[in-house]
Amino acid sequence: MTIYLNVWRQEGPDKPGRFETYTVPDVSPDMSFLEMFDVLNEQLTLEGKEPVEFDHDCREGICGSCNMVINGQAHGPNARTATCQLHMRSFKDGDTLFVEPWRASAFPVIKDLVVDRDAFDRIMEAGGYVSVNTGNAPDANSIPIDKVAADSAMDYAACIGCGACVAACPNASASLFVGAKLAHLSLLPQGQPERNRRVVNMVHQMKEEGFGDCSNHAECEAVCPKGISIAGIAAMRRDYVKAMLAAD
Amino acid sequence: MKLDAKEPAGPLEQKWDRYLKDLKLVSPNNKRKHHVIVVGTGLAGASAAATLAELGYHISAFCIQDSARRAHSIAAQGGINAAKNYPGDGDSVWRLFYDTIKGGDYRSRESNVYRLAQNSNNIIDQCVAQGVPFAREYGGYLANRSFGGAQVSRTFYARGQTGQQLLLGAYSALSRQVSAGNIDMYARREMLDLVVVDGKARGIITRNLVTGELERYAADAVLLCTGGYGNVYFLSTNAKNSNVTAAWRCYKRGAFFANGCFTQIHPTCIPVHGDYQSKLTLMSESLRNDGRVWVPKNPEDSRPPQQIPEEDRDYYLERKYPSFGNLVPRDVASRNAKYVTDEGRGVGATGLSVYLDFRDSIKRLGRDVISQRYGNLFEMYERITDDNPYQVPMRIYPAVHYTMGGTWVDYNLMTTVPGLFCLGEANFSDHGANRLGASALMQGLSDGYFVIPYTMGQYIAGESFQAVDTEHDAFKEAENASRERLSKLLSINGNKTVLQFHKELGQFMWDYVGMSRNSEGLKKAISGISALKESFWNDVRVPGSNDTLNKSLEFAGRVADFLELGEVMARDALEREESCGGHFREEYQTPEGEALRNDDDFAYVAAWEHQESGPAVLHKEKLAFENVKLTQRSYK
Ligand SMILES: Cc1cc2nc3c(=O)[nH]c(=O)nc-3n(C[C@H](O)[C@H](O)[C@H](O)COP(=O)(O)OP(=O)(O)OC[C@H]3O[C@@H](n4cnc5c(N)ncnc54)[C@H](O)[C@@H]3O)c2cc1C
Ligand code: FES
Repeated sequence: MTIYLNVWRQEGPDKPGRFETYTVPDVSPDMSFLEMFDVLNEQLTLEGKEPVEFDHDCREGICGSCNMVINGQAHGPNARTATCQLHMRSFKDGDTLFVEPWRASAFPVIKDLVVDRDAFDRIMEAGGYVSVNTGNAPDANSIPIDKVAADSAMDYAACIGCGACVAACPNASASLFVGAKLAHLSLLPQGQPERNRRVVNMVHQMKEEGFGDCSNHAECEAVCPKGISIAGIAAMRRDYVKAMLAAD
Repeated sequence: MKLDAKEPAGPLEQKWDRYLKDLKLVSPNNKRKHHVIVVGTGLAGASAAATLAELGYHISAFCIQDSARRAHSIAAQGGINAAKNYPGDGDSVWRLFYDTIKGGDYRSRESNVYRLAQNSNNIIDQCVAQGVPFAREYGGYLANRSFGGAQVSRTFYARGQTGQQLLLGAYSALSRQVSAGNIDMYARREMLDLVVVDGKARGIITRNLVTGELERYAADAVLLCTGGYGNVYFLSTNAKNSNVTAAWRCYKRGAFFANGCFTQIHPTCIPVHGDYQSKLTLMSESLRNDGRVWVPKNPEDSRPPQQIPEEDRDYYLERKYPSFGNLVPRDVASRNAKYVTDEGRGVGATGLSVYLDFRDSIKRLGRDVISQRYGNLFEMYERITDDNPYQVPMRIYPAVHYTMGGTWVDYNLMTTVPGLFCLGEANFSDHGANRLGASALMQGLSDGYFVIPYTMGQYIAGESFQAVDTEHDAFKEAENASRERLSKLLSINGNKTVLQFHKELGQFMWDYVGMSRNSEGLKKAISGISALKESFWNDVRVPGSNDTLNKSLEFAGRVADFLELGEVMARDALEREESCGGHFREEYQTPEGEALRNDDDFAYVAAWEHQESGPAVLHKEKLAFENVKLTQRSYK
């Protein structure tokens, strides 16, 4: 099949961007979306043009590197699917696609489709951990953990930190990302001692980075490649209020 | 130069304890004065950086991705081994040690492997304390499963995302130290060279991947935690950014490279489907616990799999290896898949795949149980292939997955360059000629959490350090060399893309240095790759410039190094005139077609030393086996 692409090109953070139009012929339905970009980039290179820069690494939906907005949808049309897991069989011969980077002031564009997501790391540094030094751990089975709680913690821990939640949110809020980490640790006994500090510090850092507030659009849950539930956001709010009250 | 593994004396069980007892310590005040560079933030690098920072060292950590959390370790699916013996099925440190050394076909060091088995239990404790949500039973205790090549259940797992959860645990520990000011984290940086001053590793040169700037960093020790080199085959299960560059530049600065030919071809991957294919996807081998591997008996049989009756199927692993069946080690499973496809009995459009069938276990256990165990893997399979494994058997084929070889290290994990250490998949140390499932995560975390904090401390305590700053000539020289190389790559402006060269190299490697090797093929590979290298440096086209984000330039540098590595791997394979583990030389096999080792002549580590001119020189580290008896591996 033939695919018509309109791809966001931007030379650098302070440069203006624009859509460029490309035609990719002979696309196989079994190709992944990123493999189509590989083919395009080979074409551009041989024509003496600059290839499109985009982030990618694992190409199996787990590292959270890839980040394309396809026809207005973060990670494209399929539910629970990162861009790299999307296959061209989800599109039709002759389709015209608009491909853009995540859009959020906290995620500035570095070049073309590559954005700067360091804000996520800084939020994690603010408290996304249990303070335990290496070598201080008791036997792993010394604290039994209810299987249901452990499974639920795993549901939240599955976040790949791609940032699609931010890209999809009308307010560019990072609440799903932050809520997921908080919920993961709050569901486990190991997360309890620092629970209050953690929620306060991470929520404040999120604000400081310029992410917006959550106003319950739930777009984040819809685009999340791991299907993380917005129940994590509600839990974050509850914990935040509790922690603030406890601090008073 | 004689290789000295520096193994501690004494009985195997006491070597590490004695080492710890006699250890030289660095006082807390002094630790703060020592700056350590950690290159790579996968399981090995993140765990090392966090732990050393907790101890008080000042750390600078580097990674290629935009965040430490995205290292290739994130993709590990199946699990991590430990000798906890929670299921009470007779496991022990000794048994884990024995299985690992036997699984490696007796080509690893007893002392290293024993220490690994000892540390395995601490790893699980540490990870649980960090909040890693391992799978649990209803009673609230940790669940275990058995994994390829083991007859006990010793594998801990977090659904099909064990690597992700372990890495996020290590990353959280690292983040905590970043926020405490003990780690300076440099993401989107690629190490391009090692700086050696007075014979010691004292710094690195990196390229800032956003601005293109070359940067210099000085330190008292450098830890290389840069992962494996499987992408030399082009197609592999490794992430696209996985590469050998950092290790290779260290090789050129004097760090020997060992057992390059020991690569692991994993039996259960989704088969290649087109020439645009950019990487291969692993289907966790835990699937072999409940899936049965088969091909039609008759090469002409073109019926859909569901219509092929029992008597026309060949469950070849169960037939040939009745006691291990579908759970034989990876090298054995892969080689047998090759045999049946070579016989023309492969399935699918290309004939290059075999069935992995869940029909019987769905019948026995019910769809729900199977979906609970493998739901996310089935989903992943369907997404890629458009086939539903609940209804039709999966099609699988072997793919390059892991590299046992790597930078040579002694018992301290120190390379042949003093002050340069190597951890995780990047070193050669613990898996011999074949790695067992669920043992790479164990090794990466053992190295980072529980070995390097002591062994590097020992080095720091025993040396005196002259202050070295980044204006030293050695830094200038290394930076200039990197700059010239980048300019050269950009200036060739030839007719072929980096990807085209990489694919051609991959084809040589897969055909001649892949699942089955022979002297004639290896010689072909050596001359072919050497010609390809020549052509690369005359005809490659690298678009763009150096002063901006330019992934084509990054990949060009990595492929240039892979071209050199490929040649050394082929020479290593040629030199090793025996079959062992993943290294199968057709000339050396038993009458039943199994690997035939030659312990008298080849029970050694092959460590290659780079030469400025002329071919690399081989050094041999003889392996002594005092505790295990070398036997022919048998899984019959
Ligand atoms: C699909 C898959 C599944 C697996 N499943 C399992 C499993 O179930 N159990 C198991 O035990 N093992 C498994 N493995 C193997 C295991 O995941 C790896 O061996 C292990 O994670 C490697 O960890 P590492 O820390 O050594 O390196 P990596 O995780 O590869 O990290 C390398 C780091 O080095 C950095 N780096 C590399 N080069 C440079 C450079 N030049 N400059 C700066 N930084 C650099 C990278 O950015 C990265 O941070 C699996 C592997 C794959 C591919
Ligand atoms: S490339 Fe890793 S999640 Fe898409």
